[in-house]
Amino acid sequence: MFISLLLVLLIGAIAWAGSTAGFSSLFGVALPCAAVAVFIGGMIWRMVYWARSPVPFCIPTTGGQEQSLDFIRQEKFDCPSTQGGVIVRMFLEICLFRSLFRNTSADVRADMPGNNGPGTIYYSSKWLWCFALLFHYCFLLVFLRHFRFFMEPVPCWVTWLETVDGIMQVGTPRFFMTGGILLAALLFLLGRRVFNQRLRCISLLNDYFPLWLLIGIVCTGICLRYFDKTEIALVKVFIMSVTQFSPDSDAAKNIAPLFFVHLTLVSTLLAYFPFSKLTHMLGVFFSPTRNLANNSRRVRHINPWNPPKQFFTYAEYEDTYRDAMAEAGLPLEKAPDKAAE
Amino acid sequence: MAKLPTPQELIASRPPLSGESWLDVKPEFAPGSFCYPAKKETMELLHMPNPHEWDPTADDWGLPENWEQVLCDAFADRLEKHRSLKLFMDICVRCGACADKCHFFLGTNDPKNMPVLRAELLRSLYRRDHTMLGKILGKAAGARGWDTSVVKELFYYAYQCTECRRCSLFCPYGIDTAEITMIVRELLHEVGLGTHWIMDPVKNCSFTGNHLGIQPHSFVEIVEMLADDCETVTGIRPKTPFNKKNAEILFITPSGDVFADPGIYTFMGYLLLFHELDLDYTLSTYASEGGNFGSFTSFNMAKKLNAKMYAEAERLNVKWILGGECGHMWRVINQYMDTYNGPAPANMIPPVSPITGTAFANAASTKMVHIAEFTADLIHHNKLNLDPSRNDHIITTFHDSCNPARGLGMLDEPRYVLKAVCNNFVEMPENTIREQTFCCGAGSGLNTEEIMELRMRAGMPRGNALRYVQQKFGVNHMACVCAIDRATLPPLANYWAPGVTVSGLHELVANALVMEGEQKRTMDLRQEDLPGIEEDEPAAQEGGE
Repeated sequence: MFISLLLVLLIGAIAWAGSTAGFSSLFGVALPCAAVAVFIGGMIWRMVYWARSPVPFCIPTTGGQEQSLDFIRQEKFDCPSTQGGVIVRMFLEICLFRSLFRNTSADVRADMPGNNGPGTIYYSSKWLWCFALLFHYCFLLVFLRHFRFFMEPVPCWVTWLETVDGIMQVGTPRFFMTGGILLAALLFLLGRRVFNQRLRCISLLNDYFPLWLLIGIVCTGICLRYFDKTEIALVKVFIMSVTQFSPDSDAAKNIAPLFFVHLTLVSTLLAYFPFSKLTHMLGVFFSPTRNLANNSRRVRHINPWNPPKQFFTYAEYEDTYRDAMAEAGLPLEKAPDKAAE
Repeated sequence: MAKLPTPQELIASRPPLSGESWLDVKPEFAPGSFCYPAKKETMELLHMPNPHEWDPTADDWGLPENWEQVLCDAFADRLEKHRSLKLFMDICVRCGACADKCHFFLGTNDPKNMPVLRAELLRSLYRRDHTMLGKILGKAAGARGWDTSVVKELFYYAYQCTECRRCSLFCPYGIDTAEITMIVRELLHEVGLGTHWIMDPVKNCSFTGNHLGIQPHSFVEIVEMLADDCETVTGIRPKTPFNKKNAEILFITPSGDVFADPGIYTFMGYLLLFHELDLDYTLSTYASEGGNFGSFTSFNMAKKLNAKMYAEAERLNVKWILGGECGHMWRVINQYMDTYNGPAPANMIPPVSPITGTAFANAASTKMVHIAEFTADLIHHNKLNLDPSRNDHIITTFHDSCNPARGLGMLDEPRYVLKAVCNNFVEMPENTIREQTFCCGAGSGLNTEEIMELRMRAGMPRGNALRYVQQKFGVNHMACVCAIDRATLPPLANYWAPGVTVSGLHELVANALVMEGEQKRTMDLRQEDLPGIEEDEPAAQEGGE
């Protein structure tokens, strides 16, 4: 955990030092452009890698009643039998984290009152679902808000988002709820890895690093807006110039180094993305336990590498047991005397 | 077998999670924690790679010289064959939602029984050879190399997973540990590591048609004996058609049902039901196994054992197949059979119930119907004369078996049947039934005696749920639709909720079934007296002799 924190701090420090030492075009232009390229290329590469392997079997996890008899009500979305049902199931999974919503926490007791002995209690446990959902949606909204810097004129939906986001009308510049919630959600996600022993036991550098990275990004972002109060107009001029592939180095020189720290951390995230667990963003779409209809008895699923059939045939079986079968009065393909010939 | 601790002791003996990194902790092969290895002759007969005698407690497992290469190649090959494997290796975020969803973790508190870590055992190897960060950063990025202790660890934990898929239901990306366990077991077989309890049935099924190795004449004999027992109870001797050509329906059920108590009563239930319906069906001595221990071995072995069903349906020229109550059998039939060995032979047609005329559209391609679907349809159309009061001495609950629940989605059909044949039905707590059901603790080939304590641990969530309804509602019976359950739940119930009996669904159906021309029923299929009958009408006793 500390190593990943140090790593993030180190990246930040390098960006700070580099940009103050006059390498702002490296950290402001070259790195982000490379990171975006790595991100897009890497994600395509990952999807191609997955898609190259077939889905040999139809293995949806059925989360409810199958489609069978008329008088039995099917769970159309948790156990879809049609493509439409699968689309709804995927929508619920991806947009509302359906499976995580089921989460429970089990408490095993050697003595449970009322059970006269051992028992297990299952508590509903929606915290993970709640904070995961908050994190992902706030991240999305924050990402969308940043289009203010990439588009001229600023699209009305961005302005609208900002209005809604700042609806509490606290402080100047106005406090965006999404930023605060994002940070809180990240701290929750980090906190459970640190304080929950089970989580600590399964967590790797690969788990802490993206969390610290995101926390770094959010914190620098918040600082830039509320405390450091970077010259927003200047940043926009600079970013617009980068998007048009003619970086404005004068603007870059006058932007505070913290901005470059922010940008470098984002670039690191983008470049890291395709090589990490963060690929779950696209991977979830490929998940065969979710994206297939439970209709494999109605429609034959094809396995491209299906090996040839090879089994103990009835003829071999009868050859092995003919006499005994005849004695037991079982019908035979070949009578014992015929078979001997 | 060592003496089992009491349930309380068992729960108290779960060690707390240690702060140590899981990479540094290696499993101890203490007796009772592992299944006995497969025999060399068995593996030779099946042409499995590197057949050899070995002992899990020994240092040297007799792996082939080039075992690392074999495993690396096999792993790379599986990645090319299964998109699921690539994805599940890549996208887990280790959120931990799966952790306490696993009955093995709840029962053992062993961190590597958290589904996430079970997969991480393989994922760490994947990182080293198949990911850029793992190649560069190595251990820091959670990558590790193969060594013999890793192989042992994989073996240990791949056989502490019953492929029940409960974790996959809760995973936000649908990561399915069953898929990973199946593939790990496949990899281990590449270097000759398998378990006796799985490979022996596989061998039997390969050469005699069923897991128990019952030869055709004995199979006939046993079924005839069960038919005799049916006559004792009902006064009617049901038909026992074998290998009959041109029958409308081929009936296939797990061989456990013709062999082991209490499965045999379920089998008697089938015989009586079919007789009463005058169903044009046949049993087969060749395709005499519904279950498929091949599916606990490798995809190809599952295909091989499954192939007999369609082959026999073709030879006997039947129209469709009716399948008995079994768990993993139905995962194979629903999700694999048509892909493995389909399309169904040309003589078969989309199944239609000859009694009600209902077309089973959901089985149009596979042409195989679950008996609970079949019977629910009969009851819905009022085709059965049922007297549920004959089951009044039981208060039953229903155990959803993992595979029908999460690999087929058959939840309400058996309940529909059960409620029609029993007046007293109580559900277990909602987090332990339907799609959230808990495994019996011994599925996927783990129903062997030598790991009884482990089974009781893994069965703890089910056991506790059963105990809950036993204490609260006086439940004294648990129905299920799985042959492995019928073998594993009685000891589980005996341990966690003593006094609860276990049966298949169709045992209860036949108990309630009022047959044409039957004698007054004074006992159930187990030949236990029905309470309250004798005192009222002592004359009824006569017919039973």
